[in-house]
Amino acid sequence: MSYLPSAAALQRIEAALARYPERTAALLPVLQIVQDEAGFVGPEAETWVAAKLGLRPARVREVLTFYALFRRAPAGRHTLAVCRNVSCTLAGAEGLLDLIVAGLGIGPGQTTPDGAVSLDTVECLGNCDHAPCVQVDGVDRGPLTRESVAALIEELKSHA
Amino acid sequence: MPETAAALLPADEAGWRLEDYLRRGGYGTARRVVTTMAPGDVLAEVRQASLRGRGGAGFPAGAKWGFVPQGGSGPRYLCVNADEAEPGTFKDRLILLRAPHLLIEGMIIASFAVGIRNAFVYVRGEYGPAVRRLEEALAEARAAGLVGPGLFGTDFGLDVVVHRGAGAYICGEETAQLESLEGRRGQPRVKPPFPAVVGLFRSPTVINNVETVATVPGILARGADRFLGLGLPKDGGTRLFCVSGAVRRPGVYELPVGTPLREIIEVHAGGLPEGARLKAVIPGGLSAPVLLPGEIEVRMDVESLARAGSMLGSAGIVVIAEGTPILDVLMATARFYAHESCGKCTPCRIGTSWILKIVGRLRAGGGAPDDLDLVAGLAEGIKGRTLCPLGDAAALAIGAMAAKFRGELERAVAR
Ligand SMILES: Cc1cc2nc3c(=O)[nH]c(=O)nc-3n(C[C@H](O)[C@H](O)[C@H](O)COP(=O)(O)O)c2cc1C
Ligand code: SF4
Ligand code: FES
Repeated sequence: MSYLPSAAALQRIEAALARYPERTAALLPVLQIVQDEAGFVGPEAETWVAAKLGLRPARVREVLTFYALFRRAPAGRHTLAVCRNVSCTLAGAEGLLDLIVAGLGIGPGQTTPDGAVSLDTVECLGNCDHAPCVQVDGVDRGPLTRESVAALIEELKSHA
Repeated sequence: MPETAAALLPADEAGWRLEDYLRRGGYGTARRVVTTMAPGDVLAEVRQASLRGRGGAGFPAGAKWGFVPQGGSGPRYLCVNADEAEPGTFKDRLILLRAPHLLIEGMIIASFAVGIRNAFVYVRGEYGPAVRRLEEALAEARAAGLVGPGLFGTDFGLDVVVHRGAGAYICGEETAQLESLEGRRGQPRVKPPFPAVVGLFRSPTVINNVETVATVPGILARGADRFLGLGLPKDGGTRLFCVSGAVRRPGVYELPVGTPLREIIEVHAGGLPEGARLKAVIPGGLSAPVLLPGEIEVRMDVESLARAGSMLGSAGIVVIAEGTPILDVLMATARFYAHESCGKCTPCRIGTSWILKIVGRLRAGGGAPDDLDLVAGLAEGIKGRTLCPLGDAAALAIGAMAAKFRGELERAVAR
């Protein structure tokens, strides 16, 4: 199965390539566009991107594996990123993470068997005045309480 | 201060649009600068203002701009650092959301001063709404002829590209940021050469923090002396102090450089919650060595905090209350550095991950008696032996926690 972006994604990719004085500088934005559309960057997509930018496949792989926000395997329909850096820890992030793990039945780095939710822990989200906080599909939520976490888990599960 | 507070950080996001900004006189300073001043005079004004970088290292912005070689016909670049991943820091996000045009106006003025025509804004990948806000503001500015070729009827032009990071704290470090912008892993470069001489795409590059750049229009609007008068002689103006942790009103406070730490915590952030007592304060983002309650009679400027054995860093103040086990804070800190070490130098890569392992076992109750010495020794082994300041920051931050709370940690080990 080979990878091909949609026409809309391809248009965004061409625009990204045109923004930089050197084509290879567009690697991050191109990978982001691929991931936006497909949800992850799989091996076929890697090969496609390498060819498109004129890079060795290993150059794409080393970038893909360096940055935390890239996914190399499909994620759930929703992603839940839980901050447990210092301000969130002070506000009880560890306890909330335990609740989330128990509520979803999965640990960080895993996806629920029905494919509804992927759970990750992350470093400081730059939202420390709303600690403890999380991002749901890239949208900030916080400060969370035990009650709002329970509601959040229900919300995510019901979208299954 | 209300006047300057309104100048740098609006109270909310309501008035971010170009029409609102123009109504407040926005882009008037850039217009005056570009149409009536010589680049060298702009640079002199910024030097005169003693504007220190707001990103962490506190380097004087005017001096940095002055390092860019004059003359020559090749490109030079401005890179605005909106990576903001220093734990405890959340001010640049607010500038992007509430005052994107102020940042763009600052970019125009800074670029004009240095002879730059191409700028990049490197925004951390986690800041989706802030990226979209900045893109929208740029679209407005382009449509109004405020970004692009031939600004204000002159032949000076500025092109701006927004570049999204993808989740790596190290990309806040200036040379790692350049690597990332060029499409590679964010691993720091050896300096020298410094970016001002050989930077992005091998060309001279100025890298400044979002807040630094957003501060520039105010300096040119009201004059260096007014700006300088707000702060200290070697560290001018106001800064955005972020306060989080155990306070009643966490948030961002714009205050004169040199405002006492105790005043920021007790007055502006409302003090600790009812019944809580102060245990420690991290004064400048997680990389800044922790201060004990007896050490917070310190002014918040670059030099005062250095004298106090810590650093102003990103001005992210994290307040820790009694009752919080220091092991929890140490664990979050150790985990952060082990995760974010880029892996390029051995002492940092191996040292941070060993520290995390040891702190993890201490916290799980399985510590050995000499574990604390081991942590201190590992931190000592990182110090001064790494390519970029992340290694030192890890060593100093962890070393200070381990040393200043030695008693508590020993009791935890004994249990
Ligand atoms: C590990 C590390 C992370 C950094 N993160 C940031 C950051 O997120 N934002 C920032 O502006 N500067 C950051 N810096 C500082 C930059 O290297 C650089 O000094 C700064 O962007 C220069 O801008 P300024 O002079 O306006 O502060 C970081 C430095 C290090 C060593
Ligand atoms: S000190 Fe750490 S983060 Fe900095 S270059 Fe070395 S390994 Fe990378
Ligand atoms: S520590 Fe969680 S958002 Fe900063």
